[in-house]
Amino acid sequence: MTRTPASPNRGTIRRTGAVVVDALLPLGAVVAALLVGALVLLLLGKNPALAYGAMFRGAFGSLSGITQTLAKATPLLLVGLGVIIAFRAQVINIGGEGQLVVGALAATACSLALRELPGWLLLPITALAGALAGGLWGLVPGLLKARLDVNEILSTVMMNAIAVQLMNYLLRGPMLDPAQVAAGTNIPQSAALPEAAWIVRLVPRTLFHAGFILALVLAVVVALLLWRTTLGYRIRAVGLSPSAARYAGIPVATITATSMVLSGCLCGLAGAVEVMGVHHRVVEGISGGYGFSGIVVALFGGLHPIGAIPAAVLFGGLLVGADQMQRTVQVPAALITALNGLVVLMVVSSTYATQRRAARRQSEAARPTAREAEGGPLDPQLTPDL
Amino acid sequence: MVAAAQQAAPTISSLELFNITKRFPGVVANNRVSFEVRAGEVHALLGENGAGKSTLMKIIYGLYQPDDGQILLNGQPVTISSPQDAIARGIGMIHQHFMLVPSLTVAENVALGLKSSRGMRLDLDVVAAKVERLAASYGLRVDPRAEVSRLSVGEQQRVEIIKALYRGADLLVLDEPTAVLTPQEADDLFRMLRQMREEGRALIFISHKLREVLALCDRVTVLRDGRQVGTFPTAGMSRGELARLMVGREIAAPHAEDRAPVPVGPPLLQVRGLSSSAGAGGPALREVSFELSPGEILGLAGVSGNGQRELADVIAGLRPSSAGEISLGGAPLVGGPGERMAAGLSYIPEERMRDGAIMDFSVEENLILRDHTRPPYARGPFLDTARVSTVCRELITRFAVKTPGPQTPIKSLSGGNIQKVIMARELAREPRVLIAAQPTRGVDIGATAYIHRLLLDMRARGGAVLLISEDLDEILALADRIAVIHDGEIAAIMPRAEADPERIGLLMAGASTESLSH
Repeated sequence: MTRTPASPNRGTIRRTGAVVVDALLPLGAVVAALLVGALVLLLLGKNPALAYGAMFRGAFGSLSGITQTLAKATPLLLVGLGVIIAFRAQVINIGGEGQLVVGALAATACSLALRELPGWLLLPITALAGALAGGLWGLVPGLLKARLDVNEILSTVMMNAIAVQLMNYLLRGPMLDPAQVAAGTNIPQSAALPEAAWIVRLVPRTLFHAGFILALVLAVVVALLLWRTTLGYRIRAVGLSPSAARYAGIPVATITATSMVLSGCLCGLAGAVEVMGVHHRVVEGISGGYGFSGIVVALFGGLHPIGAIPAAVLFGGLLVGADQMQRTVQVPAALITALNGLVVLMVVSSTYATQRRAARRQSEAARPTAREAEGGPLDPQLTPDL
Repeated sequence: MVAAAQQAAPTISSLELFNITKRFPGVVANNRVSFEVRAGEVHALLGENGAGKSTLMKIIYGLYQPDDGQILLNGQPVTISSPQDAIARGIGMIHQHFMLVPSLTVAENVALGLKSSRGMRLDLDVVAAKVERLAASYGLRVDPRAEVSRLSVGEQQRVEIIKALYRGADLLVLDEPTAVLTPQEADDLFRMLRQMREEGRALIFISHKLREVLALCDRVTVLRDGRQVGTFPTAGMSRGELARLMVGREIAAPHAEDRAPVPVGPPLLQVRGLSSSAGAGGPALREVSFELSPGEILGLAGVSGNGQRELADVIAGLRPSSAGEISLGGAPLVGGPGERMAAGLSYIPEERMRDGAIMDFSVEENLILRDHTRPPYARGPFLDTARVSTVCRELITRFAVKTPGPQTPIKSLSGGNIQKVIMARELAREPRVLIAAQPTRGVDIGATAYIHRLLLDMRARGGAVLLISEDLDEILALADRIAVIHDGEIAAIMPRAEADPERIGLLMAGASTESLSH
């Protein structure tokens, strides 16, 4: 094996170029999804430029748009962070939706029960209650996977259904707002949180609240957790190679369950923050699909906590812009859901493409001495054994 | 089946590769390589891992197309477009990893992919009869109705060869065929190959075992770094010369003075009556007992899959035992891998890519894999990244790991350097006992010599080493005592001085000690 005579300079440029391409791929995925969406808009007889213009203006074109976008980015980021932790341990948490719901319920119940407490105490307790409830909701599938090898995708989806039914029951019974009962309207929603448990709005008369800052801080915390603590190291080791982790003396089952609990905590916190910052009570549909969109945010952010920040803002913007688009060109908001789906599809395929590119670069760079010896069938599809 | 003219006179008189160049992005795997094999010749293709042997063979077998150069079959330029094309031209290939369906019989495997002579109906009886005839002509006993999964590795290899001959192969490419065989099985294989040579077939024998190349082959083509060093007749060649040609420099073999007797104290590791249930791909351990003293290397010889892996895993705490006990320094060795490591046991697992290292982690992250919760790497729940970096840089230097830096992903390192990282990690904590499972498999000669030196150093410092290897030469070169494992049982333990390869080979194949002592 001889290296081709390429100047190191050229190699560096090529490698840098490749990294840039990798970074741009997700954006390309969004563009591709928008292009497909444009096609659909054309078929609906709408002007795509007008529609997308409205969408962009709605999301980022005004103070109100921006604040709404950031308000929606908050739960998206929190859920995304949770999904990232689990993903790093090779656990797929589809249960963000349910964890968010129970987090919202627990935070509300807790702050209503402790309404006498001063704000400096009530705020953290309320948030913690949400996080713990979400963690508990993650513990169940986490233990099932760790101990009995139950597929976590199935179990978290089931936990979602249970959480939603629990909410339906609580909001029509034990937690139904007494004011609704008195008025006889019986709209299924909880009583309002004591004001001491409200998260301060960063821009008055908008939904943009300080929970966003909390989410930003937590993104940094999660990054530190994953790369600067032994627990984070263990989570990543288990995710990348369970057998090597076992050899390393890492309790794989415990780490698997722990990652799911942490993931649930962040999703539960998203629910609590949504209640404390936006609605000030639990209303039906409080989850707003964040539990699922958060997965997209995690993937779009390259499963990196810091990468999830722009991803959350972008998807928050998509949600907000969709409303504006709907109003301006009268397309069903469902189109946005479809666009979201398209973006997911494109992102996942682009991630795959990135991995393949990385693998190819790897095999180019690697001195493949190890491979030949490891044998392996003579498969032309495999990276070349030299 | 379309009867291949298996007994007719061979139709390949020569295969010539002329100035073959094959590039992969960033690498030239074969750089103007020329070589030629003639009917009635065994031609060895010798080279280290990564020298370009596999690429060249894949070109011959139609899996790759050369970027440049020519292939001449019987003097005529040809393009071998696919393995099917290669087979049709009389080229057969015996892969290192057999391409047999374990749940099918021998005859079914041979018939697989061929047209039946009865159209829609199977003609397995016809195939079986032919397989028997073919086997008999080489003095082999092969039951065409036996299920392949029940055959030994050596028998499976015979089936592969018969399969190729059945398809009319006049030129056989054998990729490291002896890697999985006992010495006796290898002898049988050589006998068969010599007969095929007499019949006028052409054979290409890929190997990095110098002894076999000299024993079997007529000529040898040596590859190094994708280039052809040369083609030489083996007559009159010495192993030393071949090794120099292959590596391009002198290799220091372990010398006698490295193996000066170390004062042997009371046993450090004691294993008594150890049994386990059967593992994936290996037999159950049955009443395994041995002792390992400080300053001693105990070599565990055996054919792959006879319980070596199970034994190492049980001692390391990765697999439960069903009976028996292990003690280290007098104290019972119990608990999981972490506890046993803390007790002074280091372990270099056989599957270095799967168990020994995490391919997507950096060199640094792999160096702390088993020690990440302990100082100096950890401070409470936090990784002390500064200290990790300092210590890892030291280890990289001390163990001569060739890597661009500590942050480089380990998968971009060569097999030898990955193994050095693992050795560095396992030796840095200064263990009392080291289990080294196949420490040099797939590792280039230079790194192999270095790893051997590390094992001998450990011995010299009074450490105890259990060296598990399928390479008998390695065990004979390093071990003070040799244990032979067969089917989950220790067949015999003998001092190095009393060990001869033939006796060990027979024990590896399952002969009992009584039958050997006539």
